[in-house]
Amino acid sequence: MNMQLVTGNHAAGHSLSLAGEANRGARGAVCGIYPITPQTEIVEYVARFPFSKGRVIPVESEHSAMGVCIGAALNGARAFTASSANGLAYMAENVLVAAFYRLPIVMAAVNRTLGPPWNIWADQGDTLMFRDFAWVQFYCDSNQDVADTALLAFRLAEDPRILLPVMVCMDAFIVSHTSMEVELASQEQVDRFLPPCSVPHRLDPQHPVTVGGMAFPPETLSQRMELDEALRRVPAVLEEHRAEFREVFGREVCGAVDSYRVADADRIVIASGTIATTVRDVVDEWRARGENVGMIRIKMFQPFPGREIRSLCAGVAKIGVVDRNYAAGTGGIFCHEVRANLQGQDGPFVQGYLAGVGGGDVVPGLVDEIMADLSCRTAAGEAVWKGVEP
Amino acid sequence: MSVARAELFGEECLLRPGNTNCGGCGMSVALTMLGRALAGESYSLVIPACCGIVTAGAYPTTSYNVPVIASTFASAPAFASGVAAVNDLNCEPGEHPAHVICWAGDGGTYDIGIATLSATAERNENLIYICYDNEIYGNTGGQRSSATPAAARTTTTPGGKSERKKDIIGIMAAHRVPYAATLSVAHPEDFRDKIRRALGIDGFRFFLIHAPCPTGWKTEPAESVELVRLAVRSGVFPLYEVFGGEDYRINVEPDGTDPLEYYGRQRRFAGEGADPEALRHAAQMRMERLRNLAGRRPID
Repeated sequence: MNMQLVTGNHAAGHSLSLAGEANRGARGAVCGIYPITPQTEIVEYVARFPFSKGRVIPVESEHSAMGVCIGAALNGARAFTASSANGLAYMAENVLVAAFYRLPIVMAAVNRTLGPPWNIWADQGDTLMFRDFAWVQFYCDSNQDVADTALLAFRLAEDPRILLPVMVCMDAFIVSHTSMEVELASQEQVDRFLPPCSVPHRLDPQHPVTVGGMAFPPETLSQRMELDEALRRVPAVLEEHRAEFREVFGREVCGAVDSYRVADADRIVIASGTIATTVRDVVDEWRARGENVGMIRIKMFQPFPGREIRSLCAGVAKIGVVDRNYAAGTGGIFCHEVRANLQGQDGPFVQGYLAGVGGGDVVPGLVDEIMADLSCRTAAGEAVWKGVEP
Repeated sequence: MSVARAELFGEECLLRPGNTNCGGCGMSVALTMLGRALAGESYSLVIPACCGIVTAGAYPTTSYNVPVIASTFASAPAFASGVAAVNDLNCEPGEHPAHVICWAGDGGTYDIGIATLSATAERNENLIYICYDNEIYGNTGGQRSSATPAAARTTTTPGGKSERKKDIIGIMAAHRVPYAATLSVAHPEDFRDKIRRALGIDGFRFFLIHAPCPTGWKTEPAESVELVRLAVRSGVFPLYEVFGGEDYRINVEPDGTDPLEYYGRQRRFAGEGADPEALRHAAQMRMERLRNLAGRRPID
């Protein structure tokens, strides 16, 4: 076992680099890099890594960092990058191209508040901006989760049944800059876990095609339908890869959702990222007082695990969703999706809580207030802002 | 007829017949010349938003005889950096990697793509960047770009453009790229020779092609090649090359043709804002400056 005390950024950099190195027997690895707080340490790690068949390209913008990845992936290499916040916004045009070109690019995304106002702390609004772009998205809750999910991401992205880009998201500073004990993968393990990267539609001089030229409505519609079908295949394929991960690494990696003490719960709090770890502790406190509360952590946001949520919430009276993000007009984005997926089901109401928006700490006391509010309610109302200074 | 077609559009042709480009399109002629200059070479194209990607036609067909990636407008050299990096990584010792060529219009080069272009040049990526410069956003119906020359009327400069054209070769030379050169479809031998020369150079290579656009320039399609020939002869668009950003060489010395012979044939310069003397003077001053840069070096 290779246990080390490392930050989330270190964990991400390590896994991305080992995945890149693992493709040395095939077309190699390419990483387009550009710095932005708080992900910079990830690309610094990758830039230091002694790839035997790889190139790290320090470009002039996030837009070009993804551009480099797209070109490299279309030429058959394993391609990856990292970004945050306004860097992701600047990259946006090429982020959607990566998905529309069906390229298995992996991006470590450190969730940081979109500016203005300029703020480097945790908020998921940056990556959730891309929820409609057909990127698979995972929201990690610990450094170990980052290290393992980054590897799982390549396996999933490059699966010929999927061929979609994957974002591995983590909370700024709470994960990215905080050290935890992590079991880091070895190159030998990653070599076993990741087959050579194969992009079936990569450039081939023997069969020249134009990738991404003009298309008429019927062909475009088919392309979008195929994206949808690939996304729908993700949950089952992910389970296969998790089983392989267990085989190679001897430990579990969380899949689409995780749940805690929900079996007999009448109230469930749903959260993602590091907030879920706090909710888990508060659930224990409430359970100790005899309250039947439970927790669901949504790790995979896209495709949204609606079936799992419906099944876990069956028979539950009240659901509270905690969102560290704000979407104008809808409130919390996870809450919006949970509500949409429970629509038509008799039973629970879904109350939204906006907590930690702009990076404030979501401490146990705040979660306690949320559980108390949820317990008193008889129906859902407008999203409740938490952490507002009086 | 079939023999002629085979000669024109043989196995080696880059631009296949059946594309929908306009009559007199300088870019189309340039693509044909590029294909001939690259005969026998393995290469792929990266094309941003521009007439060059519309040229490919609608999915699943393609007018290009080589692999093409359509890039976002500002990203052609970034996409191409990724493609070239993988070619280099997978090149057997002693072999030359397949070439990667960006084929972009002036909008993608002088305007929206210039940051990416600058960074790619600064990193000296192993690729060839070719800008076919029709001095206008042709694909969108003829709006001004920073490549549009002073006095030219466009749909967004109806009174004639008041600013001068950017000196893109000067910008590339300031990056000290290994090779930068201008090309004209009126000088096919020079075109071929300089493309072949670039193939033997490693690192970032830049070409600027004067590409007449009859639709945007308000000119006769049949006169396209003649027009750009006049541009070379009058010094409006001189043919030259720059090695390492410093060593300038003029390839075709202007023969004293009056620049107004070039300007006078285009309705885009027929507006009231176009002062013939000013146009003539500006062209002569540019040529003088180029001669100084070249140290009046004799032609190779």
